[in-house]
Amino acid sequence: MSDYSLKTIMNKPERLAPGHRMCAGCGATIGVRAVLRALHEGDHAVIGNATGCLEVSSFMYPYTAWEDSYIHNAFENAGATLSGVETAYRVLKKRGKLPEDTTFKFITFGGDGGTYDIGFQSLSGAMERGHDMVYVCYDNGAYMNTGIQRSSATPMYADTTTTPVGKKSNGKMQNRKDLASIIADHNVPYVAQTTLTQNFEDIHRKSEKAIYTEGASFLNIMTPCPRGWRYDTPDIMKICKLAVDTCYWPLFEVDHGKWILSYEPKKKLPIEDFLKEQGRFKHLFKKGNEDLLEQFQAEVDRRWEDLLYKCAR
Amino acid sequence: MAIKERMSGNEAVSYAIRQINPDVMPAFPITPSTEIPQLVSTYIANGEMDTEFIPVESEHSSMSAAIGAESAGARSLTATSSAGLALMWEELLLAASNRLPLVLALVNRTLSGPININCDHSDGMGARDTGWIQIYAENNQEAYDNFIQAYPIAEDDRVHLPVMICQDGFITSHAVENIMLLEDAPVKEFVGEYEPEEYLLNPGKPIAVGPYAVSNYVMEAKKNQEIALENSKEVILEVAKKFYKISGREYGLFEEYRTEDADYIMLIMGSAAGTAKQAVDDLRERGKKVGVLKLRVFRPFPAKEIAMALRNCKAVAIMDRCESYNGNGGPLGSEVNAGLFRNKTMIETVNYIYGLAGRDFTVGDACSIFAELEDMIVNGKEIEQYQYVRLRK
Amino acid sequence: MRTDITKITEKTPHDKLTEGLMIFEGATSKLFMTGEWRTNTPVFYEDKCKQCLLCAPVCPDSSIPVKDGKRLAFDMDHCKGCGICANVCPFGAIEMKEGNE
Repeated sequence: MSDYSLKTIMNKPERLAPGHRMCAGCGATIGVRAVLRALHEGDHAVIGNATGCLEVSSFMYPYTAWEDSYIHNAFENAGATLSGVETAYRVLKKRGKLPEDTTFKFITFGGDGGTYDIGFQSLSGAMERGHDMVYVCYDNGAYMNTGIQRSSATPMYADTTTTPVGKKSNGKMQNRKDLASIIADHNVPYVAQTTLTQNFEDIHRKSEKAIYTEGASFLNIMTPCPRGWRYDTPDIMKICKLAVDTCYWPLFEVDHGKWILSYEPKKKLPIEDFLKEQGRFKHLFKKGNEDLLEQFQAEVDRRWEDLLYKCAR
Repeated sequence: MAIKERMSGNEAVSYAIRQINPDVMPAFPITPSTEIPQLVSTYIANGEMDTEFIPVESEHSSMSAAIGAESAGARSLTATSSAGLALMWEELLLAASNRLPLVLALVNRTLSGPININCDHSDGMGARDTGWIQIYAENNQEAYDNFIQAYPIAEDDRVHLPVMICQDGFITSHAVENIMLLEDAPVKEFVGEYEPEEYLLNPGKPIAVGPYAVSNYVMEAKKNQEIALENSKEVILEVAKKFYKISGREYGLFEEYRTEDADYIMLIMGSAAGTAKQAVDDLRERGKKVGVLKLRVFRPFPAKEIAMALRNCKAVAIMDRCESYNGNGGPLGSEVNAGLFRNKTMIETVNYIYGLAGRDFTVGDACSIFAELEDMIVNGKEIEQYQYVRLRK
Repeated sequence: MRTDITKITEKTPHDKLTEGLMIFEGATSKLFMTGEWRTNTPVFYEDKCKQCLLCAPVCPDSSIPVKDGKRLAFDMDHCKGCGICANVCPFGAIEMKEGNE
């Protein structure tokens, strides 16, 4: 969007109130705020939430951090729950029980545990049925709420509490699932992958598109977790930039089936630049582990090439 | 004007759903309840109702979506059986703890394993501590009548709890029997419009549903649920009275069949009550003082009322269509015995397990049980206190 | 039925809690002072600030209010002192100091 202006969007009323109990420096709430800013003023919203850090911290009785209506149901069913809410909206409108000029938008947030793993079926169902809603995954690459256990979003070789690095272990043995592609293969109208970038244009533009595209949309937002990733908390924006510039976390969108690359780094940085900032990858920089880094780099390269191919089609 | 028809239990419940025309119905098929979402979908496809049907991908999602829709301010329901109910178990608890007046049509079927599609009450009994109201039907007529009463009970301000309307799989759900249907208008008027005070889609009046609560709030919240369930007893009776006015059919927490002077009573739930009643009629002709107490409302459990009703008999056969594997009897056995003790009604009881996974239960079986009770009281014969009916030995 | 959460504490009797523990109100968390968590505190040098607003969106705690295109003073009732804002400021207008004040 050419008319994007940080000043303009920051002037909008805040829809995530302070006073929630997320950790100091949490990436998830930075992402949530950015998504909610894309809601047009005057439009109402119902926010859904899978169980996770965000949920237990943002609605701890009697404190809700949400300016809008909010529903948390359980861990594995944020997709289904919001599909019920969205259906209720359509039927209440149809039956004249809601004012005609009232607009509600439906956004649900889940961590990678609630989205990639335990809530995957519910998400897939909601996407396939095409509810007019946005599912937002705040992907911090592990089950942070229960204490940093591996998820299918955890990158290879990450040190987590269920894939601990030890004498006989180099951390997680598997590559991460590519959820944005999987949801794109549901052939929903809009899928995008983004993260926190300096002026927040990418996340804003994609959130607005996701919210205001009719039908089911999916946003995958990388939101670093200082506790789980073990980087210096104030460095979050640097971490995000390195994720993008190393092509570990490419920014792209799939708009009605068309793959579009949002950003191509002028110079693709080596993956070490991203990994070395984080304690969870510390073991990769020990002498003798050079091959692990090479493997990591090869996987990043393979996925990046694959993405370029999809976007060039 | 009542409409005389012939219908299966599933058809009858679907007919009631059409008449009520609720807002949202998410459902996932499972035998033997599958016909309900099928019939509702057909009514919708033919323009006979305009409920929004959500073809979800699992029963966990059907209850999740129903919770979402009901929280949003829409009158919601789903239908399921057996494993479907088990899969939504977590969500049953949330529907109740969120105080949502949604309705579930349960067509009772045994739980795996082994997998089997026939009737027993292990599904419903497994959900007995989820905070739902549970109402069981003997036949298609009761399934229909109970369904029409469900929303007025659930939505009452003293209650605000979900209601499970149960009927026996195949025996009731698929058997076609005579039925008296009500016309659409009186049903609609009886059920009324759903007008919640607070809901997600109330513009400018946001609410938040489903908090994390620290321990200091949780016991208090549970107590409030318990109070609502206790309150529902009087509401169930009030709604039954109103329903009598439009239907001429009477309902209570349970039905007492020829029990006034009965020495021996069979306490039973669901379709087998019909079998037991036939046995009572046959035995009465032979001069035996026997009767049936057919439990309709299992939750809230009317312990005191049952104790009152049984206090003058000599022995009771408590019939469980569910095994609870604890050696202390089935769920009904344990709860009725506890209720009798609490209310100082010291009569003899024998707990029988019958009809698991659709095993036949005949008039002859019921007669044998009455004979065994009599043998115990009259001749002092020792009776196994917890036994299976028709078990091959 | 709108909820006044000042009347709900961990000592409230059961019949005074909200039904289903729902809250009939938005943004009640503002009454919870997460500022007490702070071990480092941002100091805002208004004279150095060019109002680029890069700091405002990076705050996880919505504690850098913006009005008429300009950032205001920190919301110290809620700022947890994470230091992200200080790190992104290109002009050195935010500095982290040890302590809660």
